[in-house]
Amino acid sequence: MKRQELQVAALENGTVIDHIPSSKIFEVINLLHLEKAEASITIGFNLKSKKMGTKGIIKVADKFFSDEELNQLSVITPNVTLCIIHDYEVTEKKTVCMPDELTDIVRCPNPKCITNNEPMKTRLHVVDKEAGLFQCHYCNKVLSIADAKLL
Amino acid sequence: MENRSLVTIANYSKEKILYLLEMAHEFEKHPNRKILDGKVVATLFFEPSTRTRLSFETAAGRLGARVIGFADPKVTSGTKGETLKDTIMMVSNYADIIVMRHYLEGAAQYASEVAPVPIVNAGDGANQHPSQTMLDLYSIQKTQGTLDNLNIFLVGDLKYGRTVHSLLTAMRHFNPTFHFIAPDELAMPESYKTYCRQNGIRFVETKEFNADVLSDADIIYMTRVQRERFTDLMEYERVKDCYLLKEDMLFRARANMKILHPLPRVNEIEYSIDDTRHAYYFQQARGGLFARQALICDALGITLEDIKNDKTIIL
Repeated sequence: MKRQELQVAALENGTVIDHIPSSKIFEVINLLHLEKAEASITIGFNLKSKKMGTKGIIKVADKFFSDEELNQLSVITPNVTLCIIHDYEVTEKKTVCMPDELTDIVRCPNPKCITNNEPMKTRLHVVDKEAGLFQCHYCNKVLSIADAKLL
Repeated sequence: MENRSLVTIANYSKEKILYLLEMAHEFEKHPNRKILDGKVVATLFFEPSTRTRLSFETAAGRLGARVIGFADPKVTSGTKGETLKDTIMMVSNYADIIVMRHYLEGAAQYASEVAPVPIVNAGDGANQHPSQTMLDLYSIQKTQGTLDNLNIFLVGDLKYGRTVHSLLTAMRHFNPTFHFIAPDELAMPESYKTYCRQNGIRFVETKEFNADVLSDADIIYMTRVQRERFTDLMEYERVKDCYLLKEDMLFRARANMKILHPLPRVNEIEYSIDDTRHAYYFQQARGGLFARQALICDALGITLEDIKNDKTIIL
């Protein structure tokens, strides 16, 4: 089969985050603080995808994220694919999994929670991984991760 | 240093609860002591609560501690924009322990993480109020002789009433049967009913409130419909007089049945009930003194053994 031209240039070394829903791409950028990164980054937006219709893709050159950083993505995009690239070859493929605790990633939805009124980090513990339910470490409110607002 | 703060008793074991109740019982025998001589207890009330504050301050005072603090947030630097952390750090320089009431939920947990001294939560918004739960348990144990296998009726505001939620959680160790009596607007939240099912706590939900329903109660726990917890005042007006306990509803009550109420009462218990053998709400508040003496001592690392061997009792 003839290989089609790639929609985004290949990467020599670094991390590829693929299958991002197009609507979530800017949230992923914010979550990984890519706007502050010095690496060269290719961002593909509204690319054609057999699986998803359209998708987003982010290629970050010469940067390898920790599992902890990548698992944060599960909050907004649980189905992304991660490829670790060395010398143009995929050396590792990963998926993200929901962490047991989210520190300073999402806001507690309770306006009377101390975390919304004091300069401090938010903390949420997982209650039900499959249902995506988290509980605020401070005020004990339970929230669905689908409704969560990123900080 | 081990963090001895008391933020919630939700995770306390049965043994720990019974241990603290026994400690409270020791204080009831001899409430006046010098066991906290030389200690300073700070009471920081970011939300006014006269009853709770007086109870904590009396508890500390009768054990020989000196009390500092404030009763009204208007006098603190919070109004100047100071953070909770800064206030707590500052007061930690002066006091051995901080008793704190705050209008924000989770404030006590946060304070316990930043403070170098133990924090005792005297209520954080609609979240936790562990000293109230301890005194409720103390009253139940004292009047029934046990905490096990009791029929407990919770009446009134079961939606916003944090005391009933905490009581429910604390009683899970003792095989209770709960009856939830509330109007639809103030019904027990689904999350607590799920909690009951998960922990094997039996419960019956009803809107009926009469002599028949109350005839097999060991404890009737009345609550006030709290105006300050409502965002919608129309809803408050609609439900505030739903469940009022009248004396003629008690003629079939068990002899051992006692009525509890976290106080303040407005009109939910008819005043003539005060003179019946079933009324226990004022003694309940008195028990709060001993329960709080136990909580302060436990947070300061003083053990039941220390209290039993205490040589500082003032007779």
